[in-house]
Amino acid sequence: MKNRSLISITDFSKEEQIRILDIAEGFEQQPTQNILGNYVVATLFFEPSTRTRLSFESAASRLGAKVIGFSSAASSSVSKGESLNDTILTVSNYSDIIVMRHPVDGSARYASEVSPVPVINAGDGANQHPTQTLLDMYSIRKTQGTLDNLNIAFVGDLKYGRTVHSLTMALTQYNTTFHLVSPTELKLPSYVKRHIKDNNLSYYQYTDLLAVIPHVDIIYMTRIQKERFSDSLEYERVKNAYNLSNSMLAGSRSNMAIMHPLPRVNEIAADVDSNPKAYYFQQALNGVFVRQALLAAILGVK
Amino acid sequence: MENNEQRKELKVSAIENGTVIDHIPANSLFKVIKILSLENLEEQVLFGTNLESKKYGRKGIVKVSNKFFESDEVNKIALVAPHASLIEIRDYKVVHKSVVEIPNHIQKIVRCFNPNCITNHEQITTSFDVIKDEETLKLRCHYCEKTTLRENAVFL
Repeated sequence: MKNRSLISITDFSKEEQIRILDIAEGFEQQPTQNILGNYVVATLFFEPSTRTRLSFESAASRLGAKVIGFSSAASSSVSKGESLNDTILTVSNYSDIIVMRHPVDGSARYASEVSPVPVINAGDGANQHPTQTLLDMYSIRKTQGTLDNLNIAFVGDLKYGRTVHSLTMALTQYNTTFHLVSPTELKLPSYVKRHIKDNNLSYYQYTDLLAVIPHVDIIYMTRIQKERFSDSLEYERVKNAYNLSNSMLAGSRSNMAIMHPLPRVNEIAADVDSNPKAYYFQQALNGVFVRQALLAAILGVK
Repeated sequence: MENNEQRKELKVSAIENGTVIDHIPANSLFKVIKILSLENLEEQVLFGTNLESKKYGRKGIVKVSNKFFESDEVNKIALVAPHASLIEIRDYKVVHKSVVEIPNHIQKIVRCFNPNCITNHEQITTSFDVIKDEETLKLRCHYCEKTTLRENAVFL
């Protein structure tokens, strides 16, 4: 994986994905290792994303790397009309690897073609967010001991939620059974279902969350994202579709874990947080280990 | 059959040397001309459309003098004329006949339908993988990874 860019989860083979998860485990054991002391990591956030940016910067800092970058397009030359091409070429002179979040679909792929240094996609518009997928896979493996043969429920906005799309595609490599819970308006798009079908796996669609809870190993909750709706009436109709509360978990499997890419709004009630099955904050922490693994593997020190 | 051939020859005259592209859907003729940039050619270009065709009802045809296309070049038209045939003419005789093949990859000629795709924001050559899915043809953008049906493709 040395010097390779990571733009879509499919850029890395199944074996390479597993290797990242294995390296990440080492960082969970020992998070602070001074192995990137000679490297500069650029974090270019053309749109704000506090969680992703801070977790990358934390990952880089714990490995001893220097971090440069900006956290919004307003504080970069983009506001002066500079093209992405020019920004990337300039920043690649100052850094060994570029972590980029950009509001435009496909911007990360383009940046990786222009840039002489590797690029990690930290989210390009509604398209891909592969480091989220890897940390989700890490969290599933951590809680279940395996990625194989699991029953996984995705709940909420399955139409616009790119985390769900990427994770679904990644999980089709592991004989997953998919339980898709969403309002009718927000069903998983057919091009994602196609991946499930192409791998001869099963999926079941529901509108009711309660019925699914006893049958699954993972409940992956998602926020219904207001910013994705052009029609505010449609948003109002579905925004409160799911609200997971502690009492609903009574019949759930003992190994079951609740995940959420965060931030959450009201889809998981606060009383779930103290349930040992609530895993979403640990999941966010796992993001640091996985991003450490990616930086180390791509820079060639692991 | 022979009768038909004769009528066609009368409508779009024969060329001495060059390429005939036949069996173009009538409504795709001008797209084909555009995709192949025939308007910039110095050679003689003859074309006709809404001609009778036994196979397709109506069809278009283009004859380009002194021009022999590379197959990569001509396969681009397969998106709008999937059954077009390519006839190489030398000294008024047919020396080679082939049918266009749908390429696996196309560049430049189509715009990405996704308004939020980077190719619609910066000066970037568009690039698509062609997905042949049963009867439908889809284009998957190399950058934003969205797929669009051939019918909805907008040509640059």
